[in-house]
Amino acid sequence: MVKVAHVQLCSCCGCLVSLADTYEKLLDVLNSIELVYCQTLADAREIPECDIALVEGSVCLDDHHSLEVAQEVRKKAKIVVALGACAATGGVTRYSKGNQLSKPVHSSFSPLTEVIKVDLAIPGCPPSPEAIVDVITAALNGDMEYLHPFAELAENGSEACGCDVIYKVVNKSLCMGCGTCAAACPTRAIEMEDGRPNIIKELCIKCGACSVQCPRIRFPELIEKIE
Amino acid sequence: MDPFGTYKKVVSARSTLKEVLKKAQDGGIVSTAFIYGLENNLLDGVIVADNAGEFRAIPKVATTPEEVLEAAGTKYTVCPNVSVLKSAVREYGCEKIGVVGTPCQVRAVRKLMKYPIGFRHIPDKISLIIGIFCMENFPYYGLKLIVEEHCGVKMEDVVKLDIGKGKFWVYTKWGETKAVKLKETHPYEQIACHVCTDYTAELADISTGSVGSPDGWSTVFIRTTKGEEIFNKMVEDGYLEVKPIEEVKPGLGLVEKLALTKKEKNLKEIEHRKELGLPVPY
Repeated sequence: MVKVAHVQLCSCCGCLVSLADTYEKLLDVLNSIELVYCQTLADAREIPECDIALVEGSVCLDDHHSLEVAQEVRKKAKIVVALGACAATGGVTRYSKGNQLSKPVHSSFSPLTEVIKVDLAIPGCPPSPEAIVDVITAALNGDMEYLHPFAELAENGSEACGCDVIYKVVNKSLCMGCGTCAAACPTRAIEMEDGRPNIIKELCIKCGACSVQCPRIRFPELIEKIE
Repeated sequence: MDPFGTYKKVVSARSTLKEVLKKAQDGGIVSTAFIYGLENNLLDGVIVADNAGEFRAIPKVATTPEEVLEAAGTKYTVCPNVSVLKSAVREYGCEKIGVVGTPCQVRAVRKLMKYPIGFRHIPDKISLIIGIFCMENFPYYGLKLIVEEHCGVKMEDVVKLDIGKGKFWVYTKWGETKAVKLKETHPYEQIACHVCTDYTAELADISTGSVGSPDGWSTVFIRTTKGEEIFNKMVEDGYLEVKPIEEVKPGLGLVEKLALTKKEKNLKEIEHRKELGLPVPY
């Protein structure tokens, strides 16, 4: 049995909801998952040794508990996955808090990827259930080819913004106007104008879905296999 | 170099639906497949490029054969079809979606199916991907300039645009036909098209385009099991006429020539960009 832990740092629990949205499917498909730690769904109080830790949320640098949990996860888990935008890039906790105010003395939030070594990062707010299943399945099967883009994001991706598709794609004359970024955006912060994305910055929650979904930044070769 | 990507078979085909042939660009394959899918409950919504007036293209979720017909015909300008994919599921409630797109859009759809990070409950609802052959695309104002300045026709008077036999053709509602050499249109191409090496929509279930087949017919690549199933059913039910590609002129050789031209030209451009230190998709 592969032991999976879900650890929550500073976040809204939305990524867990997305994970739970697939849990039966995970059992069906794999029949090899044991959820050993998940404070919202199970009683375990201590993070046990585990194979995969799905860590949701950013790390509050003003709260020592948050830092300690992050470090503990790294010690206990073989594979640490930054699950969702807050853990991967900071997301709403870092750049766009809106009306979700934190404790007044807590003002500094860092993505997990900046605090400990993370093996895989899944952006998105939340990442889709399918993406979570696909990543876990690939991790179980040791499918490093599939996971490579997620490993890259864990290593390089400490920021995300709708602006990414402007800087990295439109400004580099790579955008051909497919509209995938606009569809991927969970807050409809992207509208297509004259075949190019226009980012409505007031709506962007810096989840990274648009740029990670763009076929003109990253197009892994394995996608070319069709049946 | 492999010109076409994976495919099971390639044929020349034409719709048997009169109302489609009246409006279709060539053989009416895309419209017919979508109408067939909607009528037979294989699809419940299709994403098409609608004509938003004066050949502006706008993506639309069509749920009836009538809407598919309205959108028939090639637009020759950018139309962000993938942008309405989520809306097709969430707002229209579609569960069996057909998508038509250029090769780059087909690749985008395949990527979001394989890596559906921002596409919750979408991948399993994509039932059919139809790709269209594409050498390059034009931004709308590039297209307008070709039509109005080079061909001397007002956009409002255009009834059909076409590319074929080395020329860009404009048909007006007054019955006139104007054409310019394709070479004259090159400066108005979308630059981002120059890093694309996919001419025949290699990742689609079915790809189609006029090249290789006689006027009024389309060349069709059937690539996947899914594509094969629906294509065979369409033929069995009399929605399509089919001829072996070997028996038509100009034939597959021309498709191969153009596919390889695109690959060679754009592979060079990719290398050029690398030399300049510009990013390329990887």
